[in-house]
Amino acid sequence: MVAVQSRLDRLVRPTFGRHLLFALGAAVVLLLLSSQIGAYDDYNLTAVAIFAVAAAGLNLLTGLNGQLSLGHGALMAIGAYTASLLLKDHHQFPVIVVLLAAVLSTGVIGIGFGYAAARLRGPYLAGATLTLAVAIPQVATRYKSIFGGESGLTVAPSSPPDWLGADFPPERWLAWIAFAAAIVTMVLLANLLRGAPGRAFKAVRDNEAAAALAGINVARTQVLAFVVSAACAGLAGALLAYWTGVTAPAGFTLALSLQLITAIVIGGLGSLAGAVWGSLVLVFVPLLTSGMASRLSLPSSVADNLPLAIYGCILVIAMLVAPHGIQGALRRILAYGRARWGNTPGGGQKGVVDWDDPAPDT
Amino acid sequence: MSRFFVLTLNGVTQGAIYAAMALALVMIWRATKVINFAQGAMAMFTTYLAVFAIEHGTPYWVGFLVALVSGLLLGAIVERVIVRPVESAPALNVVILTLGLLLFLEALAPMAFGGQIRSFPPAFSIVGLRLGTSQVPFSPFDLFTLGSVVAVMLLLLVLFQKTDLGLRMRASAFNPEVSRLLGIRVGRMLTLGWALASLVGALAGVLIAPSLLLYPTFMDDVLVFGFTGAVLGGLDSAVGAVVGGLLMGFALTYVGGYFGSDLETVGALVILIAVLMVRPSGLFSVQRVRQV
Repeated sequence: MVAVQSRLDRLVRPTFGRHLLFALGAAVVLLLLSSQIGAYDDYNLTAVAIFAVAAAGLNLLTGLNGQLSLGHGALMAIGAYTASLLLKDHHQFPVIVVLLAAVLSTGVIGIGFGYAAARLRGPYLAGATLTLAVAIPQVATRYKSIFGGESGLTVAPSSPPDWLGADFPPERWLAWIAFAAAIVTMVLLANLLRGAPGRAFKAVRDNEAAAALAGINVARTQVLAFVVSAACAGLAGALLAYWTGVTAPAGFTLALSLQLITAIVIGGLGSLAGAVWGSLVLVFVPLLTSGMASRLSLPSSVADNLPLAIYGCILVIAMLVAPHGIQGALRRILAYGRARWGNTPGGGQKGVVDWDDPAPDT
Repeated sequence: MSRFFVLTLNGVTQGAIYAAMALALVMIWRATKVINFAQGAMAMFTTYLAVFAIEHGTPYWVGFLVALVSGLLLGAIVERVIVRPVESAPALNVVILTLGLLLFLEALAPMAFGGQIRSFPPAFSIVGLRLGTSQVPFSPFDLFTLGSVVAVMLLLLVLFQKTDLGLRMRASAFNPEVSRLLGIRVGRMLTLGWALASLVGALAGVLIAPSLLLYPTFMDDVLVFGFTGAVLGGLDSAVGAVVGGLLMGFALTYVGGYFGSDLETVGALVILIAVLMVRPSGLFSVQRVRQV
């Protein structure tokens, strides 16, 4: 009887189904939202979706698997250059082909680098990925005939299909592509993290020896995390190529890698929702500061650097006072509400909040 | 004169600067088990302070002193105000903290000093010395660079090996608990360690600034190469850091000289990965049995 009950439970509330429902809801909301707002806001929301893809991948690697990568900007560059090479000379490959090619190429490079990374720990891994971050753009500068040197490669935009009408804004079309990519990525990652791989990631992060004793292949788990994470970065890079219209080394500096880290720290290490919060911050903080700078008529040397200064401050302050980020704060509020007004799953004591671990991961 | 000889001479000077950067990173790593990713940005900032002083009419040597003293102070302040509160936090948090400091300083410098790219005056002539009739590609300024790095390293060696203060600093890094029981002010030793490391970094900044131009991210590559050198040597060894830094200097000038300067960072990546694949914790590290 109990077995039947649990099987029924699994049919009625399958995790995949829940994620799918959530994704459908998000898709509907985003579709409605994007048709209500102007081209400029569509353009900005596209950036949020792009950063969310990259940040979600990085959060899987850093937040859940404990491998710090300072080189995800470089992996985005690999995706972006793959897309740009396909779209060079006005080849009209379908968007889906371009995006998948970018995922594939970055994933393959991720396998190679993941094997190297799995042997390295802590500062040694940080050092290797840091070098990756500064080396990759140099390759593009060096081989001008292929990658276009400093001025980069121009990317042919993806025009909206005819059935959407002749005057459909291209910004909205790109926003839809980015939303779709972000939602698919999130659903796939959420499923991966809910299942055995996700548990293995966390086990390896928390205690390698214990994970190995429990029968987890530590190295393989780390390589898998790196590859999935790299593939996300590649997808984000290809989308970024469409978004900016040009792929150049100057777009993939060390600052890009550090901004992705900023995003996952502000949003919340180890949570997919945190990646979205962090990406919102990454896109809207510069807009706010540039608005503020023009109102206060600040000189350009101040205005241009204000966002980076703010990110830097936020990173330092977040680590000092709120190391769990926005998502951590939300969880605390939710957990407090549950504990205060009953309805606690798992039969926790009413009115008692475990501040150290308000809610489980993911 | 053979190309190899020229490149080797360049490599020594470059390597000395990377060695200084590597040594700064290793000093902090040994004292507090933190990789200070803001090391380069801190050196950039102190170099800006030096050029600010020089642009306001002070002689070069005052600017030089400004850089070193501000480096000393900046290191102490960073340790006391930012790093101390997260002493017991997970390693990742502290790394992210120093990355935040890096972003902040690199944005603050153009805000405070203006965004234009500047040149930094050298202390001595950068024209090669004359040996008999032929000109050697080694300038008085190169000699000064090499000499000051060696001098600082010797001073540090004397400090750590021959003085009571150095012994206390080593003890605090080796075992803070026992040192505290023995009456050592461990906190002060850590602050001093950060301050000294930051001074060495500031020295690297002033010395390399004349051959690069001065802009907010100009120390990024130096940090990467210094860090690569430190990792090559094995982060726990000061000797390893110096050797690793020098190796990086030679390797990068050879790569730059024979394959083009655009490939220097790629060369660094290849060398780093190759060495770490064979020895995952550096050349000079003591192999430790992993705890189970």
